[in-house]
Amino acid sequence: MTGNLERADIIRPPKGHTEPHQMFCYLSGNKDRGVKSLNLYSLISLFLFLELSIVLKTTPLNQTHRKMNAKMVDFGGWDMPLHYGSQLDEHHKVRSDAGMFDVSHMLAVDLEGDSARPFLRQLVANNIDKLAQPGKALYSCMLNPQGGVIDDLIIYFLTESFFRIVVNAGTAEKDMAWMLARRDELAPALKITPRHDLAMIAIQGPNARTKVWQVIADSRAVTEDLKPFHAVSFDRYFIARTGYTGEDGFEIMLPSVDADKFWHALHAAGVAPAGLGARDTLRLEAGMNLYGQDMDETANPLESGLGWTIDLKSERDFIGKTALLASPAKQQLTGLILLDRGVLRNHQAVTTGSGQGEITSGGFSPTLNQSIALARLPLGIVAGDEVQVVVRDKTLRAKVVKYPFVRNGKSLV
Amino acid sequence: MTIPPANLKFTKSHEWVRLEDDGSVTIGITHHAQELLGDMVFVEMPEKGRKLKQGEECAVVESVKAAADVYAPLTGEVLTANNDLEASPEKINEDAYAAWLFKLKPANTADIGNLLDAAGYQKVLDAEDH
Repeated sequence: MTGNLERADIIRPPKGHTEPHQMFCYLSGNKDRGVKSLNLYSLISLFLFLELSIVLKTTPLNQTHRKMNAKMVDFGGWDMPLHYGSQLDEHHKVRSDAGMFDVSHMLAVDLEGDSARPFLRQLVANNIDKLAQPGKALYSCMLNPQGGVIDDLIIYFLTESFFRIVVNAGTAEKDMAWMLARRDELAPALKITPRHDLAMIAIQGPNARTKVWQVIADSRAVTEDLKPFHAVSFDRYFIARTGYTGEDGFEIMLPSVDADKFWHALHAAGVAPAGLGARDTLRLEAGMNLYGQDMDETANPLESGLGWTIDLKSERDFIGKTALLASPAKQQLTGLILLDRGVLRNHQAVTTGSGQGEITSGGFSPTLNQSIALARLPLGIVAGDEVQVVVRDKTLRAKVVKYPFVRNGKSLV
Repeated sequence: MTIPPANLKFTKSHEWVRLEDDGSVTIGITHHAQELLGDMVFVEMPEKGRKLKQGEECAVVESVKAAADVYAPLTGEVLTANNDLEASPEKINEDAYAAWLFKLKPANTADIGNLLDAAGYQKVLDAEDH
């Protein structure tokens, strides 16, 4: 029983705060030793420790997940479904048909008042003035003055005096504290309301929209022409054509009290419940960053594949801009495909012809049936280069590729 | 919950061991272990002829979720590995007690008596449930 991870190393968050994706970080190995796997005994101890030691927050669908035989795990302090039997089956179902995820642990935050847009110009790194048409959404980072990423979020423009932001679950508390403090300085009259009364369900896959139309009467007429990254309010639903899987679909907010009925209606329409496990493999294939792994407060967002979301060109000043202008990227986020047998995991060291790098998110791609990763590598490394990754006691070969790896069910690599 | 088969021996670290008629032992991971790990996607086996000490890391099983070391339940020499699992690791999920990992020639067959029997392993599982 020697050689396993020490419990303290497993339980302690690696970045100094709790974030929703720590489950995957911890199960994927230890940062300091990088390549060490868990033994079965310590793995099982970890599950039990997590189950017993913390009073977990629950979503309105918690009992529903349990009735559907979900394997529940602690996910950043939330009791969430990891899978309902097979993570792989759920992954394939989303790529080929339609799956649904309970993402009610994420928090919607409403900004109401005439100062909403001027406030957002300073609060977030992307340019809020890209949002000209009501209903349009914008992906952005919210940075600290040092240029670190407090969180990544989506902002929906509804009216000039009403914007809705969706933030990550594990960062929601600090996000709220940060936004309220900046509000007090910059826009004291702005009303900021966390919408704990809303549930959120993501329905994803090539047939996702059709199945939603079967369930929400008359919704087809108002959402059929909805473009990607746009949203519309309809009846008691807020329907956005967004997602975290690389497939078409909707993310739908609705009153918590209606969540259970909606979930069952979707299930009856043939939408498969899918857990956070599949959500992680789907987003990795789709090349989408995960907060706490591919970006956080300590990493330069320009080295985290986020340059396209950071508006350094315009005159506009925003929190973190000065720091980023003074710290140009020395590294870049790239895709990796493992050429040898094995599985790439978070924090494994990568050796390149231009220096050392690190895997930020590694795992098995069910669609490609091989291991893929996002890795922070030195500038100068380009797609097609071969690099080496240390996996336990072996050095394995991997190829640098552009990501996403998969989009709309098809391999891009 | 699948009951541990009575014809097998077990370790606290969730390996199973079966004594064969020729004195060799067959080794795998338990149903409980595969259930916690989830869908298997990779296995790495010990090489034929490798001499193992009891408790030594000798194989790796990886699921979509995590990597886990497999420890040698007994001291001995590796006779063969189930290389079919490399192409289809999901067989461990389908039937963990059929999908064996490798066979060992124990240095001392009597050591098998020191492993847990099915009832003893069930107690380990019960203790984890509380």
